[in-house]
Amino acid sequence: MAKFDLNDDSVVVVIGSGAGGGTLSNELAQKGINVVCLEAGGRHENSDFINDEWESFSQLAWTDTRTTSGSWRVAKDFPNLPAWIVKAVGGSTTHWAGASLRFQDHEWKARSTYGDVEGAALLDWPIDGAEMAPWYAKAEDKMGTTGTNGIPRLPGNNNFKVLHAGATKLGYKEVHTGNMSINSKPRDERTSCHQLGFCFQGCKMGAKWSTLYTEIPKGEKTGHLEVRPDSQVIQIEHNATGKVTGVVYADKAGKLQRQAARVVAVAGNSIESPRLLLNSHSAMFPNGLANGSGHVGKHYMRHTTGSVYAVFDKPVHMYRGTTMAGIVKDEAHNDPKRGFVGGYELETLSLGVPFMAAFLDPGAWGRDFSWFLDRYDHMAGLWIVGEDMPQENNCITLSADKKDAFGMPVANVHFDDHPNDDAMRNHAYKQGAAIYDAVGALKTFATPPYPSTHNLGTNRMSEKPQDGVVNKWGQSHEVKNLLISDGSQFTSGASENPTLTIVALAIRQANHVAELMAKNDI
Amino acid sequence: MRIIDKVSRIDRRGFLRTTAGAAAVAAIAPAASSTALAEPLSTVSADGAETLVKIARDLYPHDRIADSFYRKAVETIDADVSSSDTPSLLSEGVAALDAAANKLKGKRYVAVADEIDRVAILKSVEGSAFFGKMRGSLVTALYNQKDLWPKLGYEGASFDKGGYIERGFSDIDWL
Repeated sequence: MAKFDLNDDSVVVVIGSGAGGGTLSNELAQKGINVVCLEAGGRHENSDFINDEWESFSQLAWTDTRTTSGSWRVAKDFPNLPAWIVKAVGGSTTHWAGASLRFQDHEWKARSTYGDVEGAALLDWPIDGAEMAPWYAKAEDKMGTTGTNGIPRLPGNNNFKVLHAGATKLGYKEVHTGNMSINSKPRDERTSCHQLGFCFQGCKMGAKWSTLYTEIPKGEKTGHLEVRPDSQVIQIEHNATGKVTGVVYADKAGKLQRQAARVVAVAGNSIESPRLLLNSHSAMFPNGLANGSGHVGKHYMRHTTGSVYAVFDKPVHMYRGTTMAGIVKDEAHNDPKRGFVGGYELETLSLGVPFMAAFLDPGAWGRDFSWFLDRYDHMAGLWIVGEDMPQENNCITLSADKKDAFGMPVANVHFDDHPNDDAMRNHAYKQGAAIYDAVGALKTFATPPYPSTHNLGTNRMSEKPQDGVVNKWGQSHEVKNLLISDGSQFTSGASENPTLTIVALAIRQANHVAELMAKNDI
Repeated sequence: MRIIDKVSRIDRRGFLRTTAGAAAVAAIAPAASSTALAEPLSTVSADGAETLVKIARDLYPHDRIADSFYRKAVETIDADVSSSDTPSLLSEGVAALDAAANKLKGKRYVAVADEIDRVAILKSVEGSAFFGKMRGSLVTALYNQKDLWPKLGYEGASFDKGGYIERGFSDIDWL
């Protein structure tokens, strides 16, 4: 395993080891480029994962203080937990459910397709579906996505069977067990899914793709990748010409270290990535690094989400098997006649009793609430994933008064739903309930959005420097050797779970960066 | 389908496994709430503890669930409060709730016979720190008890049993 000197300024420093950072690190290492990957969290292997919701949450979740504002209900119910994401090697690929969907072609061109939506800051991506197709193909092959590359789809569990029966009765046509990066048969030296039902708690089988046990060990094997866990970057430094020169990070003991770098790639998810750039302000970059346009931290998106849970008179046992066990795709298209632009997916979801108690209807009590938990084994559930509108005021900013253990201001996450988001969510709640009513639900419940799992858009990609933070390669418009490699580069959110797109972008970015480095252009 | 046995037990001594037993638990459970806690609480009197157990059940009522689960939840909250900077939160909260009960019904909270009346009393203190602590803490103090999960039909960890691939992940038979 490689070990690089702190003063080695030939290395690429990648901040974060999740879908973006973990993939980029391995892809660069495979090309012979030396990489130091700094991960804020610890390294827990599969065998360390815990089949227990709260214990696992303590092990993996990012629980460092954050603050919230805005009219979203999360700010009231979970004021210091705006997002349910991970602080560990592998990042949120340890926790993700595995859904791997390509964007639809029109979603790359949100502004052109949806037009001028009042209050929204829509913009077209500077790339499109045709350009991304080969990179998606590479990502699906790498991740072993079911329904691609001849890989069979997963078998449907009880929760899926209820969804399927209701959805097809309602007339929906595209209902199946999804495109999941979970092995339906052994592949890539990983076993197949044993239907544990703890996808969110880290897959103990290793059947679900995670950078933790795919990209990272593969990269380490090349001798070109060093992963440093428990290393939280607090600042990116630059020289007088405005090029970044390295990063300052706190090691496991809390001691500050300085790692030199030829290139720095930021992949800390859409809350920490802009926070780091904002905290890296200097005389040359008074508003934050790479923030001349003022777009760092802006246009925070979280997908229009929500859940519908239904209770039946007979048992379902939805918790048995894959958490996201199937999908209805019929509402994913753009049809403004429904009263909103963009579309949404309906995907099965289940929570165990501990999380159901916490998230079904936060703050609720009494018999109306306990009625549902009394019938927990008779419940089926789905999750809504829809495109939300980027808005300038939905943003990550630095807290004026709260600081972390290293004295750096923490992130505040502000979010208000756009009227388009509300209209879409209400439509999806209605359709979700109709699916379950079609197979005889005794009662359905519209659960409000959980703390965000899909955090997007806060360092967005744009054709013109004045419209965003990075160019079509995820390279800062302002600082040539600074990259953004996570979901914060998303120009718009689309209706699909974002991981496949983050991975495809990272593979493509690695290819481009290697070319630039070979030409001494970076 | 492989079904979970959700039948609860009345107390620590015996299990009831029949349908009739489940009905019996439902009938007996409210009366069982007068039973004292196994260990005294550190921040409230025995009377106060009895009130807290009643509150816990009224906040998250499950007729099939024995009082022992609510008692354990109250013990967890008591331990938490005793090491906080507001150790009198529960005792003062119980006093305020009893005062509200006296005002509305002319008796202590636990002496109010109908759940619907007790719920009205709880609603009258819904904005208090005491109520917020009890309600918020019960979400984990009650529902994160592993012994409780099977009573609600949840099986918990599956890895040690080989997952559900051979244990009913797709055995639904009524659709």
